[in-house]
Amino acid sequence: MKKLWRYLPALPALMLSGCTVDLLQPRGPIAEMNRDVMVAEFAIMMAIVVPTCIATLYFAWKYRASNTQAEYLPTWDHSTKIEWFVWGIPTLIIVALGAISWYSTHAYDPYRPLQTADNVKPLNVQVVSLDWKWLFIYPDLGIATINQLDVPTNTPLNFQITSDTVMTSFFIPRLGSMIYSMPGQQTQLHLLAAESGDYLGEASQFSGRGFSDMKFRTLAMAPEEFSAWVEKVKSGSENLDDTTYPKYAAPQEAAPVQYFAHVQPDLFDGIVAKYNNGMMVEKTTGKVMHMQSASSAAPSDTGMKE
Amino acid sequence: MLGKLSLSAIPFDVPILVGTFLAVAVIGLAVLGAVTYFGKWGYLWREWLTTVDHKRLAVMYIILAIVMLFRGFADAIMMRTQLALAYAGNPGYLPPHHYDQIFSAHGTIMIFFMAMAFMTGLLNLVVPLQIGARDVAFPFLNSLSFYMTLVGALLINISLFIGEFAQCGWLVYPPLSEMQFSPGVGVDYYIWAVQISGVGTLLTGVNFFTTIVKMRAPGMGWMQMPVFTWTAFCTTVLIMASFPVLTVTLALLSLDRYLGMHFFTNDAGGNVMLYLSMIWTWGHPEVYILVIPAFGVFSEVTSTFSRKPLFGYNTMVYATCSIMVLSFVVWVHHFFTMGAGANVNTFFGIMTMVIAVPTGVKIFNWLFTMYKGRVEFTAPMYWTIGFMITFSIGGMTGVMLAMPAADWILHNSLFLIAHFHNVIIGGVYFGYIAGMGFWFPKAFGFKLNEAWGKRAFWCWFIGFYLAFVPLYILGLEGMTRRMNHYNNPDWYPWMLVAEAGAIVIALGIVCQLTQLYVSIRDRNLPENLDLTGDPWGGRTLEWSISSPPPAYNFAVIPDIHGLDTFHTEKQLGRRAHNKPLAPIHMPKNTAAGAIIGAFSFILGFGAIWYIWWMAGLGLIGIAVTMIMRSANRDVDYYVPVSEIEHNEEIYSRRIAAAQAAE
Repeated sequence: MKKLWRYLPALPALMLSGCTVDLLQPRGPIAEMNRDVMVAEFAIMMAIVVPTCIATLYFAWKYRASNTQAEYLPTWDHSTKIEWFVWGIPTLIIVALGAISWYSTHAYDPYRPLQTADNVKPLNVQVVSLDWKWLFIYPDLGIATINQLDVPTNTPLNFQITSDTVMTSFFIPRLGSMIYSMPGQQTQLHLLAAESGDYLGEASQFSGRGFSDMKFRTLAMAPEEFSAWVEKVKSGSENLDDTTYPKYAAPQEAAPVQYFAHVQPDLFDGIVAKYNNGMMVEKTTGKVMHMQSASSAAPSDTGMKE
Repeated sequence: MLGKLSLSAIPFDVPILVGTFLAVAVIGLAVLGAVTYFGKWGYLWREWLTTVDHKRLAVMYIILAIVMLFRGFADAIMMRTQLALAYAGNPGYLPPHHYDQIFSAHGTIMIFFMAMAFMTGLLNLVVPLQIGARDVAFPFLNSLSFYMTLVGALLINISLFIGEFAQCGWLVYPPLSEMQFSPGVGVDYYIWAVQISGVGTLLTGVNFFTTIVKMRAPGMGWMQMPVFTWTAFCTTVLIMASFPVLTVTLALLSLDRYLGMHFFTNDAGGNVMLYLSMIWTWGHPEVYILVIPAFGVFSEVTSTFSRKPLFGYNTMVYATCSIMVLSFVVWVHHFFTMGAGANVNTFFGIMTMVIAVPTGVKIFNWLFTMYKGRVEFTAPMYWTIGFMITFSIGGMTGVMLAMPAADWILHNSLFLIAHFHNVIIGGVYFGYIAGMGFWFPKAFGFKLNEAWGKRAFWCWFIGFYLAFVPLYILGLEGMTRRMNHYNNPDWYPWMLVAEAGAIVIALGIVCQLTQLYVSIRDRNLPENLDLTGDPWGGRTLEWSISSPPPAYNFAVIPDIHGLDTFHTEKQLGRRAHNKPLAPIHMPKNTAAGAIIGAFSFILGFGAIWYIWWMAGLGLIGIAVTMIMRSANRDVDYYVPVSEIEHNEEIYSRRIAAAQAAE
C-alpha cells in the first residue's frame, strides 16, 4: 500500500495517457488554431500566475508573526515603483493577449470561408437541430442524414445552421469552433477535417429532456470513400420532403442514424422561413421575399405552417 | 378555484422528495416546538422578526444564506453522484425530469439566495458600523428587503414539494422556458421567486447607496472610507444599475408566458438573442456584485492580520471602481458563439481581458500588504491566502475564456463550469466565510473556534481542487455541461474524482457546523469572549464600540481625521471620547415588512398556480399594508441619556475587566 502512494503524483498523467483530450488533439486547421490560441494564452498567463502564487505563499511564510527576524514596517503602505509594477505588468500581458485576440478573432471568424491550397470545391451542409437529434442536409448532393455527419477530408465544409425547435449549439470538438443553432435564423460555420476519423459531435447548449443523447458521429473519410458513401445513401429508398419531414422532426430521444436518398431542395429554407411568417432572404439578390415567390420551382409552400 | 393546483402536483411518487419533505417537516416542527416550549415566540417576534436593526437583519440574512447553502449543496452532491453513476448504459438514479430541475435550482439558489443573501448580510452588519452611522438610511425598507429575499427563497423551496421547478438552467433561456416547451409551473416558480427577491435586492442597493453617501461620520471624506465600505458602495451602484434590467427581462418573459406575447418566442418576431443580451446585461455585473464585497473583506482581513495598513489604498479604490464600470461592457462574452461579427467579438473579448488588469492589481496589493508585515494565521487569513491562489487560477481560466477563438471551443463545456466555480467558490465563498469569521465577534460578542475553522478551510480548499480540476480536464475532453448520462469511457474516472471532491467539500460544511456548535458551547471561555469590542486589533470604526454593539451603535458619533482613524487614535492612546451624551433618535420596530412579505408570498404562489383570487388578495394586501405604514406617524423614539450612560458604563467595566485579565 505504501508503495502505491509513491505513484500518486503520476496518477493524473496516467489517467490522461489513454484518453483522447479532444480539444488538445485537433484534427483540422480551425481546431488547431483554437488549441494554439488557448495554449498560448495559458503559457503567457502562467508566467504571471505561478510567480504570484509562489510569492503569496512565500510572503505569508516569511512575514509570519512568529518570525521576528523579518523586517517589519508597520506604517508602510505606498511605493510608486511597486504601483507602476502592479499596473504595468498586467497591462503589458493584456496588450499582448489583446493583440492575439484581435488577430485570431478576425482571421478565424467562423463566418469566414476556408480555402485549401489546391482550391478544392467546398462541401455545403445544412444543419438543422431538432428535438433531440441533428438533421444534416447535403443540398448539392440531394441527400440527408440524421445523427451522422459524413464529410470528405481536406475539403472546406460550409455549414448553414438553423433550428426547428429550441436553440442549441453545433459542436464537433476535434474540428473546432461551435456556433449556435437558432430557430428562424441561419448561422454559418466553416470547418475542415484534415484527417479521416470518427469524431464526437454534440449539442453543447442544453435543450431539454433528451439533450444528453443529442450526439452524432462525425465520420471524416477520403474523398473517394465519401463519393462511395454518397452513392450508397442515394441507393436507399427514404425520402425527406414536406410530407415525411414532420414525422422525422417529431421529438425523439437517442434517435438512430437515418439516411435519406432524396431531399426536397427548399426544405432548409422552408424551416427557416416558417418562423419568419414565410419570409426568406433570396440568395442571389439579397432581398427579403416570400418563400412561395422565391422558390417558383417548388409548387407548394413548405407546408409547415404553425 | 385552485387554478392549476391539484393533488397530482404533489410528487408522492418520487421517494427522494418524500424523504426530503419528511426530514424538512421533522426539523421544522422540532424548531417550532422548541420555540413554543421555551416560550420564545414573543421574544422572537419583538426582537427579531419585526426588527429594523441592521445588525439583527444581518444575522437573519446570514442564517438564510447558510440554510440555502445546504439546499444548494445537496443539489450539487446529487448531481455529482448522478454523473458518477450514469455511465455506459446505467441511467443513474435521477431521470432527466428530476436532474434538470436540480441543476436549475442549484444555480438559482446558490446565486440568488445563498451568495446574494450572504453578501447583503455582510453589508448590513458592517457598513453602518464602518462609517459611524446609527442605522441605515431607510431602516423599514431594510426589513422589507429581507422579507422579500426570504419569500423568494420560500417559493423556490416549496417548488420541491408542490409542483416542479424550472428545467431549463439557472437563467431559464427561452425558447426552452416559453410556454410551448415548458408548459408546467417550474418556470413560473423561477420567475416569481427571482422577481420578488429582486425587489428586495434593489431596495437594499438604494438603501446602502444612500447610507454611504449621506450618513458617513463627520470628517469621513470619500478617500477616508474603509475599503470594505468602498466595495459595498460599488456593489450598490451595480445593483441599482443592473437589477432593473433583470426585472424587465423576466417581466417580458412573464408576458410571453402569461399573456401569449412574443418577445422571446420562436415565431411572430420573437428573438431569443434579445433575452440572452438582456439577461447578461444584468448577469455579468451580478458576478461583480457578489465578488467586489468579497474583495473588500480580503482587504480588511489582510491588513488587520498583517498588522499594516492596506498597501495602495488609492489604487485599490480606483481598481474597484474601474471593475465596477468595466463590468457593464463585457456581457457579450457569454455568447461569443452566437455568430456575431469579428469586431463585436473582439471588442467584448478585449474589454473582458481588461478587467484582469484592476483585478491583478488587487491581488498584488494584498500581496504587498503582507510584505514586511507580521502575518497572523487566523482562520480568516487562511481563507484569504487560499483565495489569492485559487482566484489567480480562476482569473487565468477566465481570461482564457475571454478570448473568442478559445471560447468557441470552451463555451458551455465543463471547463466553463470549473472556471466560474473557481471564482465563485474561491473568490466569493472564501471571502464571505473569511468575513463571517472576522466580524462574528462583533455581532455576538465571542469568537468562532479557530481549529474547526481551519479544518473547514482545508476541506473546502482540497475539496474544491478535487471537485473542479477534473471538470477543467473534462471540458478539454469535450464534455458539455448539464449532461445527465454519457458513454465516454475517458470521462468516467474524472467524474469519480469530482465526486470524491464533493464529499470532501461536504466534510468542510460539517466542520463549519461543528465550528458554530463548538463556538456557541464555549462562548464564555475567557479566550473566546470579546470584552473590548476589538478582538483582532482592528483598524476601522466598527472595532471602536462594544461587541455586540448597542442598538444605536455609537453613543457619540466619532470625528474622523483620516483613514483608519480608530487605529491612529489607539496608537496615540486616545480611546475615550469626552463629548456630552444626548438622546438618540432611533426607528421603532415594525411588523409591516413581515406582513408585506406574507402578502407577497400569497401573490407569488397565486400567480404561479393561476389562482387569481389569491394573487389579487396578495396584491391588495401589499397595497393596504403599504398605505397603512405610510400613514403611521408613530415610527420613531428617543433613547434617553440615562440608558446610554448605563450601556457605556457596562462597556467601560468590560474593557477594564479585559485589561485586568491581561
